[in-house]
Amino acid sequence: MAALAVALGLTGCGGARTDAGSSGGSTSSGDAAASCVDTSGDSVKIGFLNSLSGTMAISEQTVRDALDLAAEEINADGGVLGKQLEVVGEDGASEPTVFAEKAEKLVSSDCVAAVFGGWTSSSRKAMLPVFESKDALLFYPVQYEGLEASPNIFYTGATTNQQIVPGMDYLKEQGKTKVFLVGSDYVFPRTANKIINAYAEANGIEIVGEEYAPLGHTDFSTIVNKLKASGADAVFNTLNGDSNVAFFKEYKNVGLGVDTTPVVSVSIAEEEVGGIGVENIEGQLTAWNYYQTVESPANTTFVEAFKAKYGEDRVTSDPMEAAYTSLYLWKGMVEKAESFDVAAVQDAADGVTFEAPEGTVTVNGENHHIAKTALIGKIGADGLIYTEWSSDEAIEPDPFLEGYDWAEGLS
Amino acid sequence: MDALFSQLFAGLSLGSVLLLAALGLALTFGQMGVINMAHGEFMMAGAYTAYVVQSLIADAGVSLLVSLVVGFLVGGLLGLVLEVTLVSRMYRRPLDTLLVTWGVALVLQQAARDIFGAPNVDVRAPAWLSGAVELFGLGVPRTRLFILLVAVVCVTALALVLKLTPLGRRIRATVQNRDLAETSGISTRATDRLTFFVGSGIAGVAGVALTLLGSIGPTLGTAYIVDAFLVVVAGGIGQLKGTVIAAFSLGLLQATFEYSTTASIAKVLLFVVIVAFLQVRPQGLVSLRTRSLA
Repeated sequence: MAALAVALGLTGCGGARTDAGSSGGSTSSGDAAASCVDTSGDSVKIGFLNSLSGTMAISEQTVRDALDLAAEEINADGGVLGKQLEVVGEDGASEPTVFAEKAEKLVSSDCVAAVFGGWTSSSRKAMLPVFESKDALLFYPVQYEGLEASPNIFYTGATTNQQIVPGMDYLKEQGKTKVFLVGSDYVFPRTANKIINAYAEANGIEIVGEEYAPLGHTDFSTIVNKLKASGADAVFNTLNGDSNVAFFKEYKNVGLGVDTTPVVSVSIAEEEVGGIGVENIEGQLTAWNYYQTVESPANTTFVEAFKAKYGEDRVTSDPMEAAYTSLYLWKGMVEKAESFDVAAVQDAADGVTFEAPEGTVTVNGENHHIAKTALIGKIGADGLIYTEWSSDEAIEPDPFLEGYDWAEGLS
Repeated sequence: MDALFSQLFAGLSLGSVLLLAALGLALTFGQMGVINMAHGEFMMAGAYTAYVVQSLIADAGVSLLVSLVVGFLVGGLLGLVLEVTLVSRMYRRPLDTLLVTWGVALVLQQAARDIFGAPNVDVRAPAWLSGAVELFGLGVPRTRLFILLVAVVCVTALALVLKLTPLGRRIRATVQNRDLAETSGISTRATDRLTFFVGSGIAGVAGVALTLLGSIGPTLGTAYIVDAFLVVVAGGIGQLKGTVIAAFSLGLLQATFEYSTTASIAKVLLFVVIVAFLQVRPQGLVSLRTRSLA
């Protein structure tokens, strides 16, 4: 039972720093003669690796759907460098070890040109050595805790300075001075809260409480009592999965409300709102880089195509959009490099842009993250999330928070 | 002072949740000795019953009350089917029962996933249960008061049934000495079935009540099953009184620990306390004195 609970919510894990400089992008082709990618025919293989079974399947299946849509669109449009994409799909089964095995299989025996997928940080950490030792490419589509930059991974979800820091910026702008932190008890919330504490100290915000609930925790009466007694005027929520339901029901029942104590959540997207119950969470805030309601021509096309393929009742969310975008970014890099070769793609990566549904995104060649606009959203009565505030421009990725004085010593 | 009262209430409320989860188990495990790992899934079935009933009856208040009744029947029937088809074949083989019912639990979880989809579903609380009431100067959530009430009603009803009705007498007789009960003309098979029905039915009721507090998903039951067994074991097997005392004690302890430390540490401390307690009193808080049971 404990193992199950642990597997439930590992969106973030670990903080081992991989030095981007040492084995840097351009020089890594040395012993990569092992690459067996076949580009002689009129098609090229790519790998999709997501959990289609186990506890993470709920979330990762949606990412796979978005990837499938992108591949279909690209193929209909003539493929990449004139070659049709041939997708090899694998199931990571919500197990980091399975992710590593399947990644190895995709790279070594299927000879795919790039792999797209992963969700939990533990799955990414497990795959990282595979991609580094085989000198292959992984595109990872989920927001995470930062402090990582592998030359073999492209991170198309937000890093901390594109989600958590803007979330705090927003609260500061709203004049909030007493923030209460609540999160699930594992690495992502603890790392996030370390960053928030440092931010708060430098910006005159008082952290009036910091509480962690074990994954799968179902009774929040004590934590909410502490929250109520703390006099907080805002809550930063890094709870994962089911715990959100229990937390928001309790929060509402003791009489807390959006007007006095708004909650900013970083792991509640369109998919999760229905299960929590709109009536429990309407008006609360979220921090992401994409919502289904974002107004852009690219998003209109994306949402329409997605609903046409998977059904009118489906919604699109940030990780799905980041996955969809990742395939197009890889296409952009390959076309710029005019080659599927890993080293050539790494060299070409810097500055590749795409008109993504979330807006224009640009690849940072140094840390392999992408510049994204931060959006604070408000959950509407219809269960969709509407942009309430957005950063002035796309925020350059800074996974080690080197550009923030207050973050010194964190990484 | 406020904090003390609100924590006291949090403890009582947590105790009532534990009690609801454990009460049915006190019957099936405590009285009959069947280790039913699918007990949590009967709660899950109850919770989904509330979801289905709500989609049929628009008024959230009416549908909640109807759900409590229907939830009892759904849980009870599931239990009855399990008893007749599987459990009855392996009385006195506790390890086999444990494995088989765990398998059933997995099947039920997957069935729920197939029928209702993997994402959680939502049951709306009726208007008269939303918000808090002023009680001794502090806001107490109405939902938690309601659950406390449901728990008290369930315990009282069960105690009365056991004490006053012919069925209750038969159950007690069977628990105390199965052979002698049989010799006296009691159909122990029929008694077993009814006991299992009632115990599982209470799990269904617990599931309906829990929709007011938490999420409704296929794995709802797994969150409660361990705690439920803890309560029954700590309370002493075979006695309702023990289950009631244990549930509220554990609830109050958890709330106290959690307030002074953190939720994770509180859970650890709670386990330590229970393990230590069972070292001193392996039979639990209240034990049944009988010549027939080991």
